[in-house]
Amino acid sequence: MNAVKTLLAVLAMTFAAHALAVEPGEMLPDPVLEQRAREISTHLRCVVCQNQTIDDSDAPLAHDMRLLVRERLTAGDTDGEVLDYIVARYGNFVLLRPPFQANTWVLWIAPFAVLALALAGLLMQMRGRAAPSSAPLTEEERALLQQRLAPKKERV
Amino acid sequence: MRRLIWFIPFAIFAAIAYASWLGLGRDPSVLPSALIDQPMPAFALQPVRERDPGFSRTDLEGQVALVNVFASWCGPCRVEHPTLVALASQQRVTIHGINWKETPEQGRAYLAEAGDPYTRIGSDENGRLALDLGVTGAPETFIVDRTGRIRYKQVGPITPEVWTQSIAPIVSRLESEP
Repeated sequence: MNAVKTLLAVLAMTFAAHALAVEPGEMLPDPVLEQRAREISTHLRCVVCQNQTIDDSDAPLAHDMRLLVRERLTAGDTDGEVLDYIVARYGNFVLLRPPFQANTWVLWIAPFAVLALALAGLLMQMRGRAAPSSAPLTEEERALLQQRLAPKKERV
Repeated sequence: MRRLIWFIPFAIFAAIAYASWLGLGRDPSVLPSALIDQPMPAFALQPVRERDPGFSRTDLEGQVALVNVFASWCGPCRVEHPTLVALASQQRVTIHGINWKETPEQGRAYLAEAGDPYTRIGSDENGRLALDLGVTGAPETFIVDRTGRIRYKQVGPITPEVWTQSIAPIVSRLESEP
């Protein structure tokens, strides 16, 4: 019974909707723009807390950045232009999903390269095993085989 | 030769371990600035001091200067403040201030208490200029050249060691530029 309760508690915590930091006063009156602002916010890193999005963070700087996103949207920027505006000031680090470019391709490629390497290793290993010699046995080998296969005489 | 292939995993492991070990020595709060060699954005800040013109982009033209982002609520700023006051009183470099995310009254009270090293100072109460400067926390100090371009960003307090080791050489190099 206790185990069930614990399990339920853990599940409840796992699937709990995480609290958002967006304050009512920050929201835009236009629900479409607000939805776009929320979407953009989930791609932007809070530079103070670093592993949270500005949508999740309570840091004052994240608050300022959320307002900036809404200010740019209200001024008529597209989603891409808003992100570019912030990247121009904070660098690519502010994006939670780094773009594919000269200094990040290793990051993007590495997992696939390691997987390919592992598969190649596995393939080589399997080939090595699946290729036994197909030459016929020599007389000596045949004799040895007969001897090994013959039923053993019981010892007294 | 074929045997060597078995050392590849170990070599990869060693490479990853070495890279991770190097990573341990990095301070994750120090981010590269996207604004190095970019011109300072246009701004015009309201004054902090009474009977004062405030601080705007045009004040940066003609001389090498430090632009220091500070606030009275920021602990490390209080650590660096005596160093800034000393540098200003010895006339080693021009220092301008951006008073970040507090009211001009709070900024004034802080300057009255801790000293005022700033030639020009403006209030960035809503933090809008700090966003344009890519500020991630206080204190941060930008070294701006004669033409108003950002050439270096110091994250964290300027201690006497930081001044002599990293900031002073850059300032004197920029001052020798035409």
